[in-house]
Amino acid sequence: MYALLSSIPYWGQTLLRLLGGAVAVLLPAGTIVYLFLFKMMSFMQSRLGPMEAGPYGSMQLFAEVGKWLQKEDLLPERADSFVFKIAPLIVLSSTFLLVAVVPFGPDAWFTNFEAGVFYALAVSSVSVLGILMAGWSSANKYSLLGGLRAAGQLIAYELPMILAVVGVVIQAGSMNLQNIVVAQNAGSIFGWNGLGNPYLLTQFVGFVVFMIAVQAELTQTPFDMPIAESELVSGYMTEYSGFRFLMFFIGEFATAGVFAFIASVLFLGGWGVPFSWFGWSGINDVDSWMNVGGPLIMLTKMLGLVFIIMWVRFSYPRFREDQLQRFAWKVLIPVSLVNIMATSVLKVAF
Amino acid sequence: MAKVPGLFKGLGVTFGTMVETITHGANTVQYPHVKEAPPVRARGVIALHEGNCTSCMLCVRSCPDWCIYIEGHKELAPPRRAGGKPRAVNKLDRFDIDYALCMYCGICVEVCPFDALFWSPEYEYSEPRIADLLHDKAKLGEWMETVPAAPELEVGADKKGKK
Ligand code: SF4
Ligand code: SF4
Repeated sequence: MYALLSSIPYWGQTLLRLLGGAVAVLLPAGTIVYLFLFKMMSFMQSRLGPMEAGPYGSMQLFAEVGKWLQKEDLLPERADSFVFKIAPLIVLSSTFLLVAVVPFGPDAWFTNFEAGVFYALAVSSVSVLGILMAGWSSANKYSLLGGLRAAGQLIAYELPMILAVVGVVIQAGSMNLQNIVVAQNAGSIFGWNGLGNPYLLTQFVGFVVFMIAVQAELTQTPFDMPIAESELVSGYMTEYSGFRFLMFFIGEFATAGVFAFIASVLFLGGWGVPFSWFGWSGINDVDSWMNVGGPLIMLTKMLGLVFIIMWVRFSYPRFREDQLQRFAWKVLIPVSLVNIMATSVLKVAF
Repeated sequence: MAKVPGLFKGLGVTFGTMVETITHGANTVQYPHVKEAPPVRARGVIALHEGNCTSCMLCVRSCPDWCIYIEGHKELAPPRRAGGKPRAVNKLDRFDIDYALCMYCGICVEVCPFDALFWSPEYEYSEPRIADLLHDKAKLGEWMETVPAAPELEVGADKKGKK
């Protein structure tokens, strides 16, 4: 596989990577919207959701995209037009940057980055800038309020997220996402290697903190104070229409998918199956069919995690702004600090 | 911490509803294919019994939206008894309700002293053009057929004025 890739000229590789990136962002986003937003949410509210466009409404998303593309691209009179127009692009580009470090198979990765975890956490906060820009440039007080709330919330929950990941990094001894996958699948629990050593078990506290922080980073209910459609009319997105709104919309669900990918890499063993099942001992023994099977395994794990995110979203009411901040600073951060301490003590002890 | 069991219970409710919808079907109906029967006394549309209306204009004046339009003229009707004077009656020329404005408050139905306005459960009268929602007395009269029969009077309700 790798030999095959290196025989292609550089521009061809770049093209392939761009294509792969687009698929890795848009396919999960579409699946999430249809499966969870259209169907699961409807079922949880005892209705059927879209049923007319295609079998069981499966073409509904295309109809929606078509509708958005037809709409006028509105620009508020007082808006800062350049900043206003570029803001959704920045939000969406942070998603694309994020997917670049996610490994989908032994050779199926976009970049094999030594400090992958660090990079992922860094670029994921770029979207805050886009959101702040959108809120500020709209010349609308609801947008501004939404943008500021988003900034406050995303910064507050960035910290527990980073601290939760530190535990994983300490245990794996590497910041490279590929190495973290290998460490989990090649690992063993007290000498028994039938399940590998998914960090879900050893870093359970970290996993819970990470998922809560992801929920807040994605501004999904109960952490949807910044977009609060019933009081802020969707906050920073109020003034957007047509294609630019579509970008925010894709960005929201694509980021959910990518964060779920990263969570599955960090805590569920990523693309791998426990190596002992096939008698592999390291990354170099892994059969090349895993380059096809790996993405599918990742997709399954991702859908499982997004199911939890969406399930929580459809079940709970919204946090108040002060509750939200207090929860981040007084509960999540101390818990994850204790988790880091315990992990490092145990790491040294064993 | 005391709230944790409640949080899980909440998740259980939504999950249970999802399973129930998948196995037993939803509580909603797929509208254009399956029609829902509205409750008999649903406030769907206002029907007019033209013969009862005396164009007294009470409904027009009490409508908060000013969306009832009445025009009429006086006519001479033949006397009731032979040798009497011809009677003056109000003839209704126009009775329109603009359903684009109506907010279904029901004040007109309540206020009508001659039992000329009724609630009908009919609900399928949407129009692609908003101006077409202005319905005239012929259309309002057609809806009379869908008006349910008046409910039984309560015991003692017919002894008007007697004590
Ligand atoms: S229901 Fe209310 S708003 Fe509608 S016509 Fe009667 S009085 Fe007017
Ligand atoms: S209140 Fe009744 S009788 Fe009077 S104009 Fe209206 S519908 Fe006719």
